[in-house]
Amino acid sequence: MFVPCDRGGGSASSDFKGFTLLMPAVSVGNVGQLAVDLVISTLNMTKVGYFYTDCLVPMVGNNPYATAEENSTELSINAEVYSLPSKKLVVLQIRSPFIKNKYRPFCQTLLSWVKSSKCARVVLLSSSHAYQRDDEQLLGTPLRYLLTPDLEKAAGGLMQELNWKEMEKVAAYPGINDTEKVIHIPGGGITKLLFTESCSKGIQMAVLLKFCSEGDNIPDAFALVNYLNEWLQLIKSEVNTSSQWKIPSSWRLLFGNGLPPALF
Amino acid sequence: MATFFGEVVVAPSRAGVDDEEWAEEAREETPEDREIRRELEKKREIDVLWTLKSGASLESSADQPFVCSKFVVAIGHNAAAFLSSFILDSVCWEVVGVVKLWNEWCRTSNTTNVLPTDSFCLFYRLISDPTVLLCQCSCYVAEDQQFQWLEKVFGCMQKEGLQVTILSTCPVADYKTQESTLTLPAPFLKALKTKEFKEQICCPLLEQPNIVRDLPAA
Repeated sequence: MFVPCDRGGGSASSDFKGFTLLMPAVSVGNVGQLAVDLVISTLNMTKVGYFYTDCLVPMVGNNPYATAEENSTELSINAEVYSLPSKKLVVLQIRSPFIKNKYRPFCQTLLSWVKSSKCARVVLLSSSHAYQRDDEQLLGTPLRYLLTPDLEKAAGGLMQELNWKEMEKVAAYPGINDTEKVIHIPGGGITKLLFTESCSKGIQMAVLLKFCSEGDNIPDAFALVNYLNEWLQLIKSEVNTSSQWKIPSSWRLLFGNGLPPALF
Repeated sequence: MATFFGEVVVAPSRAGVDDEEWAEEAREETPEDREIRRELEKKREIDVLWTLKSGASLESSADQPFVCSKFVVAIGHNAAAFLSSFILDSVCWEVVGVVKLWNEWCRTSNTTNVLPTDSFCLFYRLISDPTVLLCQCSCYVAEDQQFQWLEKVFGCMQKEGLQVTILSTCPVADYKTQESTLTLPAPFLKALKTKEFKEQICCPLLEQPNIVRDLPAA
């Protein structure tokens, strides 16, 4: 599934032992993907490979993180891997939706790649429908986290210090039986499946998600990436953190072209 | 999500996430479900049939990949019509293959005698240089069939020294630009190329944030 790029570094650039894998879930508002775009763009990460998969809708375009004429002609496809060895960070960006019936095989292949490349832990950025919150969730922070038992042992204490809120479980059979509780992430795409599979496979995974609705999700992406930064400290968090993240050039024209002058 | 009339509806997500679909898949698959799914998958399978000049059909074999130096693929009615009008003729080109597929939008057959208005996917070879191949694909290849098409077609070809050119069209309204698309001098050409492509391109490259999707992207 993972195909490394041909670079001078050779196999060194695709050695992810002990790295943190950061990836998005294709979820409501595409918040996880936007947040990952901010990380790749700000940290100026290098592309080290891509996923050759039949599970995602194909797409191709020129370099979405282009800053000048010279670096704007590199092709970019739907699932690419970037790395920053100095921070032991490897990032997977997913740019298109799943093909029907293919998200389960994708999750399985992804998790076995995580195991074979010996990543230390996975951080999944996701989102959930804001309109599905209950009364208590409507108040306070819209950001939540989840940890698999293996990561709970390693990092659970840190979450307490950061004063983060764990994603609440809901009744499996609401109205009938309130004792059995399950994780429910509406609008989260593959988030729940990846999380439950990681729990059973002993993978250290953290899910960071934000409640949001469809619309202009750029502020949601900033909120999520700042939340991530509280933990991973990818950039120096100063007072005005929104200005520290670099918006990629591909975010231009998200809401349509310019207006025809004839309209006025 | 509550609408203006007060009724609660499920909000469609731009991310393509459909909770009902996930819930359905989470249920255990019964043997009947599996059988139905397998039948549906078989119906959506793509068959690539290569024909020899003598008219005999020959299943492509993995041991004998075609030697191919140039492969031009025209996807969509406009691109296919371009090839028909300006490149193809019965003197210099011969039909060497056809793709047979079915999906909700179209069905092709394995006949090579097609009308321009039909949905078809045919392969032609230049008689004077049999390593030059053309493909006219005017049928719609569905999302779940695109990868299969790719693997089955390119699987028959020797890939060293192969130059692939893909011709396709997109509506001008889909083009993202600072000005309005009304004032653009349409039609216009844009290109995407891999870094291995060293020749001159005849038109400007596709600017961000525009993308290409479906079969041309695959």
